[in-house]
Amino acid sequence: MTSKGKIKPGYTRSLDFKNGCVEMVHGSGGRAMTQLIDQLFMTAFDNDLLRQMNDQACFQSVAGRMVMSTDSHVITPLFFPGGDIGSLSVHGTINDVVMSGAKPTYLAAGFILEEGFPLSDLKRIVESMAKAAQEAQVPIVTGDTKVVEKGSGDGVFITTTGVGIVPDGINISSNKAQPGDKILVSGTLGDHGIAIMLLRENLSFHCALESDSASLHDLVAKMVATTPNLHVLRDPTRGGVATALNEIARQSDVGMMLYEDKLPILEPVNAACEFLGLDPLYVANEGKLIAICKPEDADQLLATMHTHPLAKNAAIIGEVIEDHHCFVQMETRFGGKRVVDWLSGEQLPRIC
Amino acid sequence: MKYIDEFRDGDLARKIAANIRLEADHSRSYHLMEFCGGHTHAISRYGIVDLLPDNIHMIHGPGCPVCVLPIGRVENAIQLAQTPGVILCSYGDMLRIPTANGMSLLKTKAQGADIRMVYSSADTIKIAQNNPQHQVVFLAIGFETTTPPTAVVIKQAQALGLTNFSVFCNHVLTPSAISHILQSPEVRQLGVVPLDGFIGPAHVSTVIGSQPYEYFAEEFQKPVVIAGFEPLDVMQAILMLIRQLNEGRAEVENEFTRAVLPSGNRKAQMLVAEVFELRRSFEWRGLGLVPYSALKIKSNYAEFDAEQRFQIPSISIADNKACECGAILRGVKQPQDCKIFGTVCTPENPIGSCMVSSEGACAAHYSYGRWRETNADRMEN
Repeated sequence: MTSKGKIKPGYTRSLDFKNGCVEMVHGSGGRAMTQLIDQLFMTAFDNDLLRQMNDQACFQSVAGRMVMSTDSHVITPLFFPGGDIGSLSVHGTINDVVMSGAKPTYLAAGFILEEGFPLSDLKRIVESMAKAAQEAQVPIVTGDTKVVEKGSGDGVFITTTGVGIVPDGINISSNKAQPGDKILVSGTLGDHGIAIMLLRENLSFHCALESDSASLHDLVAKMVATTPNLHVLRDPTRGGVATALNEIARQSDVGMMLYEDKLPILEPVNAACEFLGLDPLYVANEGKLIAICKPEDADQLLATMHTHPLAKNAAIIGEVIEDHHCFVQMETRFGGKRVVDWLSGEQLPRIC
Repeated sequence: MKYIDEFRDGDLARKIAANIRLEADHSRSYHLMEFCGGHTHAISRYGIVDLLPDNIHMIHGPGCPVCVLPIGRVENAIQLAQTPGVILCSYGDMLRIPTANGMSLLKTKAQGADIRMVYSSADTIKIAQNNPQHQVVFLAIGFETTTPPTAVVIKQAQALGLTNFSVFCNHVLTPSAISHILQSPEVRQLGVVPLDGFIGPAHVSTVIGSQPYEYFAEEFQKPVVIAGFEPLDVMQAILMLIRQLNEGRAEVENEFTRAVLPSGNRKAQMLVAEVFELRRSFEWRGLGLVPYSALKIKSNYAEFDAEQRFQIPSISIADNKACECGAILRGVKQPQDCKIFGTVCTPENPIGSCMVSSEGACAAHYSYGRWRETNADRMEN
C-alpha cells in the first residue's frame, strides 16, 4: 500500500533496493517488516483483496466444485533462461490447479527469505511473480514472509497456494485412464530440467535452451471446451513424463505403451541428455501437460492444442493398455520394447 | 542428432536382425558375453533381445565399474568422507552403492559429510583450489577409460603444488578380468557357463586398442568383436561373432573402427604408465582376488596417494549371502535366477552392486526388461 494516506509512515528512508539486503528485522513483525510489505509486495501484487491488509483474503464463495493446490519452490539457481523462482512459483501452482480442468481464481504466497539476500534480487523475483500472476489474471490475495538466519536457507523459498473453480460437467482425474485411450503431450519434453541442469552443473555448454515455464490455464480452457470428456490431465514436472505416466498408470490400474519415435524432444535437450547420461523422459517440465482422452476424441483435441502458442508441438505419444502390473512400456525406435520404470532415487549420470 | 541417430536407425536394425536370423545356425546356440556395462545398458534400453532369435543368449559381463568395486573399498571411502576436514569427490553412480550395514556415500552425505558429485576429474582440482583449508580426496574408479583423466589430475596437482589433494585409486584393468573369467573353472573345465565369444569394450578399447585382446582369441579360442555402445554397434557385433563362430574362426575384429585403433591411444597409455603401476592383486566384487588386475599410484606421486596419506586400511567384507551378484558378474547366473531380485533387492533398496548402477545387469533388467517375465508368467498361468 503506498502512502496515499493521512498517516505518515513510521519510516523515513526508503528500502535500498540497489544495495540493501534482507535482515532479520524484515521478518520480525515490526516497522521494517511493514515497510518491506508496503514497498515491495503490496506495490507489486496490488489488488483489492490484498489492499484490505488482513491476515486472510475474504471472497464470495461460488456454487459448484472448487479445487485447491499448493506447491513449494526451492530451485537453484533462482534465475534461469526463460524464468526465475518467482514466475515459476506462480506457473507451478496455477498448473496444478488447472490440471483438474478448473479456472484458477486466487493465489496465496509464502516467502522464506535468508538473511543477507539482496533486496535487488528479491525485487526482481517479486515483480516477476506479479507479472506472471497478472498475465494469468489470477491475483495473489494473501501472503506471508519469514526470515531465517544466514546459512539456514538458500536465498528464497516460495510456497504458493491456489484455488480454482471447476466448470460443471468436467470431471478430470488421474484414475480415469482407460485401455484404448490416447496419450498426448503438449510439446517438447525436458526443456526446463536441462536448461536448469546446464546452469547448475557449471557445464560450459553453450546453447539457447530456455525453461518452458508457463501458465497452462488458457490452453486447458480451450482443451476442455473442445473435449469436455477429457479423462486425465497432468503436468509432468519433477521426474518428467515417465514419472507422471507411472503415477497415472497406478492410479487408473492400467498399463501404457509409448512410441519412442513420437516423443517430441528438442535436439539440444537430446544432445545434453546424451552427454550427461540422462533420459529426457525423466527430466522436469514446467509448461507442459499430459492429456489422456478417448481415442475418438484424440485427433480433434490435438488439432485444438496445435492452435495454441503453448502447444504447437503437441503430439500423440502412446496409448493406454490393459495391464494390472501397471507397467509403462515403450516401443523403441529400434523396434524393441522396454519398461519406462519409476525413477530410482535421483537421476545420476552414468560413468562409462 | 548427427553421429548418434545413424547408429540407432530402426530400419537398419531390422535388416541386421534379419541377417542374424538368416545366418545363425538353428541346430546350435550362441552364448555371447558383452563385457561392458555400456553394452548391457544399450541391450536393455533399446530392447535388442527382442530382435534376436531364441538361440542367441546374451550374458552380462563384469564391465560395470560400480558393480565390481568391493564393499570394503566403499567402506573405506565412507570412513574417509567422515574424517573431519575431508571433501570426498566421486562420480554420480558411486554415491548409491550400499555397504553391509546399509550405509552409502549418499547417506553419509545426508549425515553431514562433505561429498561432492563430479562430472569430470578436472572438477576435483578446482574444488581443491577453492578449499585450501580442506583435504580434497578424489575417489577414482573405473576401467581404462577413466584412468587417463585421473593421471592428468595427479600431474596437474603436482604442477600446481597442491598439498590438499589426493586420489583414492580404485582403477581396474579389463584384460585381467576377461582372462580371469576365461580361466575360471566354470568356463574352462566344467562347462557350466557356455561362453562362445565376447563383445569387446568400446570406450576402454579407444585407450588400450584392439591388440590386448589378441591373446584371448588365440589362447582360449574365443572370438572377440570390439563394438561401440550404440545399439546398431551391438547388433553388428553380434552378427560378426556369429559369422566367426559359424566359420570356426576365433579372431579379434573391430566393429568400432570410428574410434578404436589397433594400438589405442598412445598418449593416454604413456600418461597412465607414468603415474600408475600394477597392484599384485586386487579384490573384485564377484570375482574375488584377481592377480595384476588393478593400478596403484607410483611412489613418485605418493604425496597424492590417499591410501598413504590417510593410512587407509584394507577391509574385506563379504557380500550378503542371498545376493547372487558374484555369480551374475561371472556369467554363471542371470538376474532373475537370484531369489532376492525384485523382491528384497530393488533399485530403491539395492542389496547387491549389480542393482546400483543402471549399467549393472540387475538394475538394467529390473528397469527395462522385467515385463518379459511378468508377461511370460501370465501366459503360463
